[in-house]
Amino acid sequence: MTHGVTRRAGRGEGRTAYAYLAPALLVLVGLMGYPIYQLVLISLFDYGQEQVSGGAPLTFLGLDNYATLLADRQFWSVLGQTVAFAAFCVVGTLLVGTALAVLATKVRTWARMVLFLAALGAWSTPAVAGSTIWLFLFDANFGFVNEVLGTTGFSWMFGKWTAFGVVAAEVIWCSFPFVMVTLYAGIKAIPGEVLEAAALDGASTWRTTRSVVLPLLRPLLIVVTIQSIIWDFKVFTQIYVMTSGGGIAGRNLVLNVYAYQQAFAASEYGLGAAIGVVMTLLLLLVTLGYLRALRRSGEEL
Amino acid sequence: MKYLLHIVQPMEGVSEMRFVVLTAVAVAALAGCSPVQSGPAASGGDEQTGQLRVWLFDEVNRGPKEAVVKEAVTEFQAAHQGVTVDVQYIQVQTRAERFKAAFSDPQSAPDVAEFGNTDLAGYVAGGGFGELDLSSWADGQDLLPAVLETGKVDGKVYGLPWYVGVRALYYRTDVFSELGLQPPATLADIAPLARRIRQAKPDMLGISAGGKYTYGAMPFVWANGGDIAREDGGKYVAAIDSPESKAGLKQYTELIADDICPPAQCAANGGDASVEAFRAGKAAMVIGGDFNRKSVDASTAAGKYAVVPLPGKDSGSIAPAFAGGNLLGVMKGSQRKTLATQFVQLLGGKVYQRKMFDAMGNLPTFGDVQAEVAEADPALEPFTKTLEAGTKFVPVTPNWAKVDAQGVLPTLIQQVATGEQDLDGAAKAAADQMNAAFSS
Repeated sequence: MTHGVTRRAGRGEGRTAYAYLAPALLVLVGLMGYPIYQLVLISLFDYGQEQVSGGAPLTFLGLDNYATLLADRQFWSVLGQTVAFAAFCVVGTLLVGTALAVLATKVRTWARMVLFLAALGAWSTPAVAGSTIWLFLFDANFGFVNEVLGTTGFSWMFGKWTAFGVVAAEVIWCSFPFVMVTLYAGIKAIPGEVLEAAALDGASTWRTTRSVVLPLLRPLLIVVTIQSIIWDFKVFTQIYVMTSGGGIAGRNLVLNVYAYQQAFAASEYGLGAAIGVVMTLLLLLVTLGYLRALRRSGEEL
Repeated sequence: MKYLLHIVQPMEGVSEMRFVVLTAVAVAALAGCSPVQSGPAASGGDEQTGQLRVWLFDEVNRGPKEAVVKEAVTEFQAAHQGVTVDVQYIQVQTRAERFKAAFSDPQSAPDVAEFGNTDLAGYVAGGGFGELDLSSWADGQDLLPAVLETGKVDGKVYGLPWYVGVRALYYRTDVFSELGLQPPATLADIAPLARRIRQAKPDMLGISAGGKYTYGAMPFVWANGGDIAREDGGKYVAAIDSPESKAGLKQYTELIADDICPPAQCAANGGDASVEAFRAGKAAMVIGGDFNRKSVDASTAAGKYAVVPLPGKDSGSIAPAFAGGNLLGVMKGSQRKTLATQFVQLLGGKVYQRKMFDAMGNLPTFGDVQAEVAEADPALEPFTKTLEAGTKFVPVTPNWAKVDAQGVLPTLIQQVATGEQDLDGAAKAAADQMNAAFSS
């Protein structure tokens, strides 16, 4: 932000600014505002299939859908599970992505090509296909993993933690390429003179990474972290496909699958919308909290 | 509205006045609008010409079904000048979305549709199907009463039963004779028998009992005098936590154990996966439907199996089976009511049910046609016997779809089978969840 200019901006200039922003604002309101408005609205009604098709009158419930949701013990356990699962996936994705990005800057061209092709392959695989392939890999009787480990007959998807582990591995597998490619570009964009200067000053590799590379990568790291948080919190396909809709007795449920099963598949759109609103608020809170924490640590965003 | 004011707190830096204005605008916006609703389903019309649209379910092997349906279409078009019949095959898995869309938008809806009888109550409440008048239809008198019940809501017929599906006990004759065993005479015999088989043949499941196999488990509950729910003054109340129901659940969940059907292998299985284990030759027994016969005959178990009715609580009795099956109905918004009803009566009538049996093996819903095909094919006897002994059905309420979607019964069975919860606690939780759904 250039100091002074904005402070002196008069009312007229502000209006001009709004005029320039208007098209973007209109698109935003249309594409984001209206759906969210509908979501909130539906969450305040008893809105099922009968109401949608006009067979029954609409009943305004106020916050009853939210009260039902918050009083449901399963909701809280699923929420806790979702947060832990997402946190694990985010950390895993960032670690794998960063490590491979660094690796990509150190190896020869052909090795880098192979690495990128493999990553892009994982990235472009549709979620359903990827999940199914992983499921085959971990199949109890015919899976490659059991064959290699010599544990034929072991059912990975039966135990709560092994099932979560396999799904988390799949999620990390299909989301690390984004982190890797972004950070690789970031590392490549660091001017050679800066690194050279550090080397001339006698900084070790570790010291250079910590004091030069990471601070320069910070804006990118923030972006990929927020992206990962949002993606991994909203995981649906992998859990739905790999644990066949939430695992044995629903012990592998995450919030999105829970919302689908309890609300949308059951035609309880009002309740489903309430879950959607709660999820949106939670994600906003997490993201805002993260940004604030960063700002407090003295970083310009 | 008062709720809204509670949660919107004035933010720092926003003047009081501005806050009041914002809140007022928000409240006005919310109060002025409500979510979209399509108009009440049009009452339909009664045109005598034009295109009649029909939705039928797609099948794994659709050829024979399509051939019979084509024959019916040709006959119908020949009898009705200026009428064409357009048949579309829809996927069973995505039926919920297709039907929901059809109910919300009558323009894209068919006139006639095939649908599962457990979906009936929800579809009728959603305004999807109209009442069917079968009173003046000659074939109608021979419909089996218990089967016709599955097409009724509040005593009115909305669907003509096209075929019925019941399950019985498949067992491997080679394994049983090798070990010198007899098929079980009571439900209580199954567990010890299955245990003995697995002991002698550790690679085999004593009985393939799936944790998600609701229709395999419910006969155990019904035979013990329990039920999913009972009707009480027009409302359903969960009965799955009654002592009788729990006795049945105990008998079934006992089967999902390491010495019969290990939870790691069986707890996640539904009906198809359970039968699949039997087809693969990995199970000595399974509860399977008459509709599974063709696929078992095309598997490694072919020629090495027999079927008996699933025994009941006492020796010689038969456990009540779930009366599954599909119905044919006329959509409420159809513009060609009479034509649609006539087509339903043709395709669902005796002649074409017989043809469908020959083509697909679907069990007819007419008493006399059923007796006729049973005579021609003795392998059907265990299934027709099971039907004669009396069948049971899921609660006929639109809320059943919700209980089904939420997986209440599979969760109950899985929780008990994996030892995650004891039977009393799991049954109580399932009953609470059901009651919440029934009262909504």
